[in-house]
Amino acid sequence: MKESSKYTNPEYFTNRELSWLLFNRRILGEAKDVKTPFMERLKFLSITSSNLDEFFMVRVASLKDMVNAGYRKKDIAGMTAKQQLTAVMADTHDFVKEQYNVYEKQLLPGLEENGLHIIRNHEDLTSNQGKYVDHYFMEEVYPVLTPMAVDSSRPFPLIRNKTLNLGALVKKKTGGKELEFATVQVPSVLPRVVVVPGDVENQIQVIFLEEIIERNMGKLFLNYDIVSSGPFRIMRNADFSIDEDEAEDLLKEIEKQLKQRQRGQAIRLEVEKGMNKQLIDVLMKELDLEKEDVYPIAGPLDLTVLMKLYGMEGFEHLKEPGYTPEAVPELPEGCDIFSQIKKGDIFLHHPYQSFAPVVAFIRRAAVDPDVLAIKQTLYRVSGNSPIIAALAQAAENGKQVTVLVELKARFDEEHNIIWAKKLEQAGCHVIYGLVGLKTHCKITLVVRREEEGICRYVHLGTGNYNDSTAKLYTDVGLLTCNEQIGEDATAVFNMLSGYSEPRSWNQLSVAPLWLKDKLLYMIRREMREAKENRPAHIIGKMNSLCDPDVIAALYEASAAGVKIDLIVRGICCLKVGIPGISENICVHSIVGNFLEHARIFYFENAGNYEIYCASADWMPRNLERRVEIMFPLESEKCKAAAMHILEVQMRDNTKSYLLKADGHYEKVNRRGMEAVMAQAQFCKEAKQDAGAGQKGGNDRVFVPREHVNSVE
Amino acid sequence: MKTFAAIDVGSYELEMKLFEYSAKRGIKEIDDLKKRLDLGTEAYLTGRLSPEKIDDLCERLSDFAKVMKTYQVEEYVAYGTSAIRDTKNTRILLDLIKQRTGISITVLSNSEQRFVDLKSVASMKETFQETISKSALVIDIGGGSIQLSLFREGRLRATQNLKLGVLRLRERLLRLNAGITKMEGLIEEIVLAQMDVFCKLYLPEKEKVENIILIDDYLAGIFRNPAVTHDHPGFLPTKEMEKLMGDMEEKNLPEMARALEIPQDQALLFFINAVMVRVLVRTVGGKKIWAPGMTLCDGIMYEYAQKHKLISESHDFEADILSSAYHISKRYMGSKKRGETLEAIALNIYDTMKKVHGLGKRERLLLQLSAILHDCGKYISMVNLGECSYNIVMSTEILGLSHLEREIIAYVVRFNHTPFQYFHELERTTTLTEEAYLIVTKLTAILRVANALDRSHKQKFKDVKMQRKDNRLVIILDSDEDITLEKGLFKNRAAFFEEVFSVKPVIRRKDRL
Repeated sequence: MKESSKYTNPEYFTNRELSWLLFNRRILGEAKDVKTPFMERLKFLSITSSNLDEFFMVRVASLKDMVNAGYRKKDIAGMTAKQQLTAVMADTHDFVKEQYNVYEKQLLPGLEENGLHIIRNHEDLTSNQGKYVDHYFMEEVYPVLTPMAVDSSRPFPLIRNKTLNLGALVKKKTGGKELEFATVQVPSVLPRVVVVPGDVENQIQVIFLEEIIERNMGKLFLNYDIVSSGPFRIMRNADFSIDEDEAEDLLKEIEKQLKQRQRGQAIRLEVEKGMNKQLIDVLMKELDLEKEDVYPIAGPLDLTVLMKLYGMEGFEHLKEPGYTPEAVPELPEGCDIFSQIKKGDIFLHHPYQSFAPVVAFIRRAAVDPDVLAIKQTLYRVSGNSPIIAALAQAAENGKQVTVLVELKARFDEEHNIIWAKKLEQAGCHVIYGLVGLKTHCKITLVVRREEEGICRYVHLGTGNYNDSTAKLYTDVGLLTCNEQIGEDATAVFNMLSGYSEPRSWNQLSVAPLWLKDKLLYMIRREMREAKENRPAHIIGKMNSLCDPDVIAALYEASAAGVKIDLIVRGICCLKVGIPGISENICVHSIVGNFLEHARIFYFENAGNYEIYCASADWMPRNLERRVEIMFPLESEKCKAAAMHILEVQMRDNTKSYLLKADGHYEKVNRRGMEAVMAQAQFCKEAKQDAGAGQKGGNDRVFVPREHVNSVE
Repeated sequence: MKTFAAIDVGSYELEMKLFEYSAKRGIKEIDDLKKRLDLGTEAYLTGRLSPEKIDDLCERLSDFAKVMKTYQVEEYVAYGTSAIRDTKNTRILLDLIKQRTGISITVLSNSEQRFVDLKSVASMKETFQETISKSALVIDIGGGSIQLSLFREGRLRATQNLKLGVLRLRERLLRLNAGITKMEGLIEEIVLAQMDVFCKLYLPEKEKVENIILIDDYLAGIFRNPAVTHDHPGFLPTKEMEKLMGDMEEKNLPEMARALEIPQDQALLFFINAVMVRVLVRTVGGKKIWAPGMTLCDGIMYEYAQKHKLISESHDFEADILSSAYHISKRYMGSKKRGETLEAIALNIYDTMKKVHGLGKRERLLLQLSAILHDCGKYISMVNLGECSYNIVMSTEILGLSHLEREIIAYVVRFNHTPFQYFHELERTTTLTEEAYLIVTKLTAILRVANALDRSHKQKFKDVKMQRKDNRLVIILDSDEDITLEKGLFKNRAAFFEEVFSVKPVIRRKDRL
């Protein structure tokens, strides 16, 4: 056995789907946590539900494809697709039970306590309420319904993906024993939560739309008797090409074997618990589903409805107080951004600090007479994005504007095409991505002709140029006019626009060709230090960790004595505490109100520490099949700021989980320590810093917080 | 502040470098774009570029034009090298490119191109001077051919072009159907056969070279890697280079491509290139190799900076030209003394006649070179001296001279011995422009008189005083030497001189004044 293969034993890895399910469980944990403000708990439960939907459409669908194609290759943990699917199915059934347990046992009573009563069955309506909803049905609902019955002359109707429907077994009033199937979609144009007049003081009563429709089913099928009815929902194999996470050979395999593959095939059926068995059988047969694909649900289907409850007025006191991003001290409103950047690199930490300076940077460049060119990568932008408007304006002002638009962003395609066209009309040079590679890096280059010559201003980030998500995702960014980074940025765009072939890089590490090597190199460098008995430490914060080579390198480094701290929000295929392999590795995971999204990597490097930020996770798709950028922080101030983020997150004992050797995650045990909640602390600090900035003190001193030994 | 673009339409790569100049920061590279495009293979094989290739080329150049626009580039120079040069329909092609991309390409002759390459290395001022101070061989590897230029004591001695370009070699090797393992031996055989002659001519056993300067597209990348060259970026001792090559040879092409971070289809070219360099280095010696990684574009910039006096020059390229000419003359058994006398007299006449002929410094150099090379053809035939001298000059490259300049010299040495031909007689057989023809005429007139004044080869006129008085050029002889021989030929030569300048040369003894 080769030395290196010692660390690639499949037993040392967790399957990524199962690890993802653990991540969703951590979010569910927040919904369970009584310390979480009550309405936020609804939100977290809703998130687990929409997450699971996407997981099915993309990942489970993919596994099913593999099984159908007879794909034999094993995953990182040595599991075949069939084995994975079995395990995933078992786990998701469990998970869904738990979701509804939380809903039923914790959230419903809580809602009740706080004055919101959900009338679960239409049968429970008072007669007054009954009249009210029937009236509502006839006035508002009935006109938009399309009831459909199935018999030998009418084919089974198309049930749309993710929609909520009511199914019924009906019998002709004119006699005959035969039961027929009928269905009607619960219209998504109407609010699902309907407030009904109640007679209890200080209590709001609501009922869900499907109950109102079910109550009035008879009016939809006038010639029939409703024998049995109930809500159902299906999930389909999403109608886009195979998930990019899968290996290329799989793609070929599927193309070869499944030329006739039916897109949009149903893969999950949710039905109300206790639904008529015959009715379920009809659905299973028509949708071609197995028993394991059917999820009997003890509660309302599609828990994303909780987001609607969350949005109801009158519960603000049960929510996390809203946070307004603070100003960046170095970039007060109305300042000359270019000259501020000239003074030194500026580190940005969103959403604690506002994303507005980034927008202002592009806006300013668009109108600055000395700016020659603006180049930017756009992956997912918000509708009505101020950035797009600024870029269009820049082009109209005669600047050379190059925009790389990535159309392969999941679920966003159509949306992207519209604004890409808009940019083209304004005279921008729009590049629609590279063949075979998704461009995921977030970089903006402004070329400015100044007195001393060309000066390049660069913004590099870990998050998308999306001013809406920048209020919810935690990301970091860098504004710099460092010459070497400027040259590299130019080369990145020369490469993306096809003007020039990639060359060697000064400062940036670019995937797919160089980033992984650099990463492995730095991990091995720490390993060498450890072997010489010098201190060696790696801290990596990211969303997902599942690249087998990187994990093997981390194992090897850990075995050599490198201390490794990882802060991984989502999937983590690495296992901790394997004797002789990963005893020096600690995996933290933070689930907070903001979505943890930044990627920050620390390497001790023999006391001369290096910190990098990146658009890439340590996943094969990021390192090998995407254009990504990892950039170093050079200025001491920026390094200290990034280091502070890592330190505080590792000390978090409120929202942080630790991965255990048995593969489960456990909330950090505070053991009487002072509570540390990273996200809250960053909010507070941003406020302080912004205040200091406004008083004219432009110096942002980062004082390392005292070390509290809370994480173990 | 000025911005300038240098474009190289090479035989297997297009490159554009953008520079800016400001008084404060000097010259600074601001962008560098490279795109692989194999024009060479088609051009060498068929003498044409296919329509698809032309489309590709124009598309790339249009991209370059866009980038130039972004930087508001005011001036550019675009050079085409061997691939464009080898097309039969060059003019049509260049016009097509101009119409479609707006970029005008100037085609360089081989020696012109190599000179620009040399300038790119010379732009590394001190390092260059130091490296050539004892002796150095510049190996300049292109797609079609390679150029070897030998420096001794800081001066260029000789330059030779060998048809060993990497693209050409690849074609040859692929035709021979040689596998990678066999290739090494084959390359060695091909290279050694040509190097044998080169070494006999310029590198006698005791005179191995001290340093190698490498201009190429592959090894230079490795030489930039600090992990390879440690404290001396660009430099590598020969021994370490051998070791590096040994490591490389153990890899197959995909492994090599990965190790070098180059596309796999380039790995073979890299391999051919590397084997060739190794064979060359083994043949000529050299303790260390310097590959500064400069490209033709850097040379173009240097040339531009020279022209606009943006830089101080550290290397005297004219001295190189003269040094090369002396060595050519020496090789063909020219008399040093006689050459020097002729040179002195000719320059004396030139300077005295300055107001009349209206030519400049560069033409003075051409006259000087014509004087040095005036009798090189004697080595072949004492009778057909003119023709033979002409042919030698036309087929001997001198780095630093343009093709046209070399042609001027060739005609001057020819007409020094053969009857002068007027433009309408010459027109059909020459590429000389009218302007160049006039230079030939004037320089010939001067050289002929100078030659007549030294007819006896006794240097009687070497340091004479000359004066121009109205329409007479008075040559004042300060001694009592017998000048019968000189006078005999003088009348005839003087007539041509008078025809050209309307000035009659006359010899006077000093005492008669």
